[in-house]
Amino acid sequence: MANNIKAQTNSEASPIISLKGVSKWYDDFQALKNIDLEVKLKEKIVICGPSGSGKSTLIRCLNRLEAHQEGEIHITGIELHERMKDIDTVRQDIGMVFQSFNLFPHLTVLENCMAGPNWVRGIDEKEAKERAMALLKQVKIPEQADKYPEQLSGGQQQRVAIARSLCMQPKVMLFDEPTSALDPEMVSEVLDTMVELAKSGMTMICVTHEMGFAKQVADRIIFMDEGEIVEQNSPEEFFNNPQNDRTKAFLDQVLT
Amino acid sequence: MFVDTVVEDKALHKPAFLIGLSVTVLAIFFALNLTNTIFGEFLSPVIGNPEESGFFGRLAVSFVLTILFVGNLLLISFARLKIQILIVWIELFFLFLAFAYSFDLEIAYIFQNDFICSTESARAKLCTPSKIGLMISKGLFTTIYISAVSIAIATVIAIVGAVAKLSNNGFAYAISSFYTSLFRGLPLLLQIYLIYMGLPQLGFMIDAIPSGIAALSLCYGAYMTEIFRAGIQSIPKGQWEASRALGFKFGLILRKIILPQSIPIIVPPTGNQFIAMLKDSSLVSVLGIWELMFLAKKLGAKDFNHLEMLLTAAMIYWLLTIILEMIQARIESKYKQKT
Repeated sequence: MANNIKAQTNSEASPIISLKGVSKWYDDFQALKNIDLEVKLKEKIVICGPSGSGKSTLIRCLNRLEAHQEGEIHITGIELHERMKDIDTVRQDIGMVFQSFNLFPHLTVLENCMAGPNWVRGIDEKEAKERAMALLKQVKIPEQADKYPEQLSGGQQQRVAIARSLCMQPKVMLFDEPTSALDPEMVSEVLDTMVELAKSGMTMICVTHEMGFAKQVADRIIFMDEGEIVEQNSPEEFFNNPQNDRTKAFLDQVLT
Repeated sequence: MFVDTVVEDKALHKPAFLIGLSVTVLAIFFALNLTNTIFGEFLSPVIGNPEESGFFGRLAVSFVLTILFVGNLLLISFARLKIQILIVWIELFFLFLAFAYSFDLEIAYIFQNDFICSTESARAKLCTPSKIGLMISKGLFTTIYISAVSIAIATVIAIVGAVAKLSNNGFAYAISSFYTSLFRGLPLLLQIYLIYMGLPQLGFMIDAIPSGIAALSLCYGAYMTEIFRAGIQSIPKGQWEASRALGFKFGLILRKIILPQSIPIIVPPTGNQFIAMLKDSSLVSVLGIWELMFLAKKLGAKDFNHLEMLLTAAMIYWLLTIILEMIQARIESKYKQKT
């Protein structure tokens, strides 16, 4: 499967993520309404929309931190469903970065990054450490390796969280509002890291309100409202020529 | 605890409080009427024969005691915090000793030979000849042995029980909640009897020490199940999500992520349980196990010197719990530094 995807990268590649008619309810409230979406390998998707629009729910369904009730989700060629046996194996290939970082506070930065490869992938400690250090260099905080997360600033913590995910060498990275919990002056350091990651060819799906980042990086922007995909388009079209009234209203608020 | 940055004058340094306190203390001493005690004797040069001193003697004794008491408080109030704590500890300890002294004890009795020992000492070389020696070599050893084994088993039960109580498995939840309900619901003494006398009815012959250990572990395992459950639940959901997102399996998350983080939350109440269990191990004396409490009763009963041996046991229990408290404090401070 992986080979297939690689071979078809440039042309009409088969999607690495595909959703068909996905719906989700919290009791009576329908959080996702009949979502159809396909993401190709190396594609960068930005999902935006007002709060409560279901964008976080959607991204959390992609590694089954949340369960969908209707429709189909395929990711890295495997269908996510209730009775699947190998969800942990699938999740190893899907990195996720959270709004609240969720670093392990009792482990050092280095240990945070080594945990996945060492404990889950079974890579020996020495190699896991080398890989972790390499990625900490990539996110530009190798000197913090032996500190504990709470000794770091928010921006640094989020970059560690990104490195921790990358240590698993995922095929897809999911970002769930990665800069929303940060002080304003720390947003750019995290976004810079994400831009570099995008340049390296990672498949990325980002829920974010950072429209500058969306313009710069996204291949496609998806606008969600009330559990639906209202509009999706290339950044130029999306910002310059929004079709839907709800999109226009949202952009008016975000861009002013 | 948050100590506010605004400091008020010490209450003891306000005249109104000082006078109010003195009057109250004087009234209490007067009501207690300590004229016919050792204090009256001390003051006999002033008040004459205490028994004939009447109102004046009673007032004089109360007055002197009040001066001593309030003056002591006032002096201590000027010391630094650590010194204050130390002095008050020592004074309270001496009051306790005075309380024990008032029983008119025969301290030497504790160090006398005991016939239980002297008859057996020829065969059992381990035996020490004095009563206190027997208390320590046999009683203290058995108490520590029973408590330590029970604590270890109870901890394992608690982890399993807590996980079962948090699981979605109906059987696991039902069994663990029934278990905690039953063993928290019955008096420990009753559990000890039930296990010791009940299991043989089912055909399991069980010795006194194993049944004592079983009762203690099951009872404290039930309490600690609740502590561990609360500890696990106190870890934010995001820790589970982050671990899951990395592909961790349940056991790994619990072992490497959740339990290490809940230790600082679990340790203080668990320390309490350990201390309580150490003392409740005295209840297994009803099974005739030669632990501290049993020996204290047995050794004292022979010559009707109950209090000597009971107080000896009390001091040993107290010392043990102080050691446990110190271990607990060390563990707490260790985990405080880390997170």
